[in-house]
Amino acid sequence: MAKYILKRILYLLPVLAVVAVVDFVIIHLTPGDPAAVILGSDATDMDLAKLREQLGLNLPIYIQFGRWLWGVLHGDLGWSIFMDMSVSTAIWEHLGPTVSLTLLAEVIAIVVALPLGVVAAANRGTWIDQSFMTLALLGISIPSFWIGLNFILLFAVQLNWLPAAGYQPLSNGLVNHLKYLIMPAVSLGIMQGALIARMTRSSLLEVLNENYIRTAEAKGLSRFVIIFKHALRNAFIPILTVIGLTFAVLIGGAVVTETVFNIPGIGKLIVTSVMRRDYAVIQGAILMTAVAYVLINLVIDLMYVLIDPRVRLSK
Amino acid sequence: MEVASTGTLKNKTRFLDSFRRNIILRRVLSNRLAVTGCMLLSVIFLMAIFAPLIATQPPLQMKVTDRLKAPSAEHWFGTDEFGRDVYSRVLYGSRISIAVGFSVVVISSVFGLVLGLYSAYYRHLDNLIMRVVDGLMAFPAVLLAIAIMAALGPKIENVIISISVVYIPTVARTVRSAALVVREQTYIEAIRALGGRSWRIIWRHIAPNCMSPLIIQATFIFAYAVIIEASLSFLGAGTPPPQPSWGNILSDGRTLIKQAWWIMVFPGIAIVMTVLGLNLIGDGLRDLLDPHTNKAKS
Repeated sequence: MAKYILKRILYLLPVLAVVAVVDFVIIHLTPGDPAAVILGSDATDMDLAKLREQLGLNLPIYIQFGRWLWGVLHGDLGWSIFMDMSVSTAIWEHLGPTVSLTLLAEVIAIVVALPLGVVAAANRGTWIDQSFMTLALLGISIPSFWIGLNFILLFAVQLNWLPAAGYQPLSNGLVNHLKYLIMPAVSLGIMQGALIARMTRSSLLEVLNENYIRTAEAKGLSRFVIIFKHALRNAFIPILTVIGLTFAVLIGGAVVTETVFNIPGIGKLIVTSVMRRDYAVIQGAILMTAVAYVLINLVIDLMYVLIDPRVRLSK
Repeated sequence: MEVASTGTLKNKTRFLDSFRRNIILRRVLSNRLAVTGCMLLSVIFLMAIFAPLIATQPPLQMKVTDRLKAPSAEHWFGTDEFGRDVYSRVLYGSRISIAVGFSVVVISSVFGLVLGLYSAYYRHLDNLIMRVVDGLMAFPAVLLAIAIMAALGPKIENVIISISVVYIPTVARTVRSAALVVREQTYIEAIRALGGRSWRIIWRHIAPNCMSPLIIQATFIFAYAVIIEASLSFLGAGTPPPQPSWGNILSDGRTLIKQAWWIMVFPGIAIVMTVLGLNLIGDGLRDLLDPHTNKAKS
């Protein structure tokens, strides 16, 4: 088991290295002189030269990368000229809303999707199955930000039940926090939930085809016991994998959802930085989301060990 | 004599081909969901092709006296803050979505196919290519596209490039896992034993057998590309205004949601129709081409 865990962690190193290189390269794809882009067209040559010096743009590209990576490994993601603060501080200040939003969305998605998927699989081919799966198909076909806009139209503009946009931190009270977060979280969670429901159904159906399930049926176990005690546990690994992999969908959706609902999270930070071409922030924030995604999937891989003893025993 | 016999052989294969095609066609038609998907998508394609004919006015034409009019006989989907006709703008927006989706599918399929095939065939390349693929896939799709757009600047060509880069790894992985299975088959070993060249084995014998998963994947990538283009344009990092795209019309709709609900409702419906159509077709193709899920479902 220790070997499995160690192997998983070692496997991360090349991936993280590629993540760092890609993140650095993308930002340096910018055509032309970044200093000129940052300062605008009316900058003097002196200013340009000074900023170039300050950003290290005169150095060879590999030295620039080395310096940047050295900084990143020491927790220094660079400096935002526009916000006049370090990128790490900027990310830290915008982290709370995004964590709240994605966690709530993930919880809503799992709580709704698992029972739907199980019920659909247990009633395969009936109208229940068909209507649930049609719902799930709609769920993966509607962009979360458009669902969000419709929620605003219905619950904020027409019915006036909920605030249209904005954010209240948890420190201002749980009810207040949730009042602002519920619409964005539900609209973000729908696609996630639909993906999980589809995976739950197909994974459970696959297991229900196995011989040992037929044995369980033959010895007269109830359908309930078969599904919950024997089948679901074995169906759980693909479900967990899909939860981990679609976390990227969730983070990506959060970027747009935060803009729809005006939530001051990482997504809003990235979009604002794109608008004013604050490359240091874009680079840092995107690096952090990729690293977060890799680590979340590591945690999920390690959870396999808890759920499935076969993973623990093999090798 | 010889000519005649190859002639009949050709006729025979042609007959078999049309027979097979008929079976596939009949199975597609018997899949009601896939047929619904095709119909939804046809509507969007027709909108894109005939946009200049069925638009009621040019999509950029402004008229101050017609600002923010609700849907009516004259303006079916209402007008926006500049008095532009939302119906005509949604029609022209379909051209952007389809052009972007289609280009992304072609570019990511070609590059992904090459990378996937070669990394499955040459094991020493595999480690390198797959680590890069893993690294690229660690970035959430929308974020990677935004970062590339930020570097390259908001232009429609850049939208296509950025979304293609996002999906090349996905295709590469799909093709690779299919190709890994094929390359272990006995007939590949036989061709190699007979002295078949590597490029011939790869392109002539392995590639055709990786097409089903690639086609299924491509359908879904088309759908994702439409959503990501809309998201980028919605955020202001995609198709630059005033050129209408569903995403940037939605973005106008967001700021005017209290005064003019119609600006955000209709482009959204168009996106859902396109994506739903593609997902239905993708699910249908998967049932048809992938025997594994077939078994699980029946």
